[in-house]
Amino acid sequence: MKVRVSVQLKPGILDPQGKAVEQGLHGFGFEVEHVRIGRLIELEVPGTDPAEVKAKAQAMCDKLLVNPVMEKASIEVL
Amino acid sequence: MRVAVPVFPGSNCDHDALHACGTVMGWETLPVWHQETRLPENTDLVFIPGGFSYGDYLRCGAIAALAPIMADVKRHADQGGLVLGVCNGFQILCEAQLLPGALLRNESLRFIHADVHLRVERTDLPFTRAMKAGEVFRVPMAHAEGNFTLDPADLTDLEARGGVAFRYCSSRGEIGADHVPNGAMNGIAGIVNIRGNVLGMMPHPERAVDPKLGPTGGLGVFRSLEAAFARV
Repeated sequence: MKVRVSVQLKPGILDPQGKAVEQGLHGFGFEVEHVRIGRLIELEVPGTDPAEVKAKAQAMCDKLLVNPVMEKASIEVL
Repeated sequence: MRVAVPVFPGSNCDHDALHACGTVMGWETLPVWHQETRLPENTDLVFIPGGFSYGDYLRCGAIAALAPIMADVKRHADQGGLVLGVCNGFQILCEAQLLPGALLRNESLRFIHADVHLRVERTDLPFTRAMKAGEVFRVPMAHAEGNFTLDPADLTDLEARGGVAFRYCSSRGEIGADHVPNGAMNGIAGIVNIRGNVLGMMPHPERAVDPKLGPTGGLGVFRSLEAAFARV
């Protein structure tokens, strides 16, 4: 099954990239705030049970995909 | 004294480490390919060098932390062996959970290559014992991800246990946000684990040790290691 893992910096963590992009958007006259930049990881995980596949993706997050000091992930089984 | 320098695809300060430890200090210094599963017998110090291991894919140091040699580096550290990680080496030690925290993109978003001043916060470590408390030394930094970050509670713990070895400062040793080049919390440039045998730092002491090449501000770290081994 296809899984989409979205990795974001945790709320308290400064995101200088997001800040720079926000300022860039302001430069174009857009009204926008709290721009945060993350990472999207797509996976193809064997299995047919969404709960089981999600658990496998969670284990991958815990092992490698996410650094819990600075990041959090949300997992979507498609 | 025997030094092992793990080399990952994308390491680019491995020869600086080999030169500093081997040529300048005269220690037996061996490069160790990342796919090896054992460090050389009787390794005293593991020096994890800087660079862009695995192209900084996913997160700086994240893939190198899983390399086969790292399991033996962890065993070495668990047994009290010395580990020094510089720049990408520091990032790898954090990803390998041998040190707390993470190194985020510099606050300015820029790669910064500059000489910086560091203040010695601990003098009881094998890495600092030949230095004086509050001593200021000057070494180069060269990184884009050196913005040290930790949960507020863990940061308080780190400071309380004296986990900070080096802090960015002015040439006169003053600390404060004005003297922090990359946004690192509390101006932290280098930290040690609880046991004091694993040190990670972003600036490069190994690039400032050879008088033929320039200033030698980084020698204090190496003289300290030499003193630590002379005692054994």
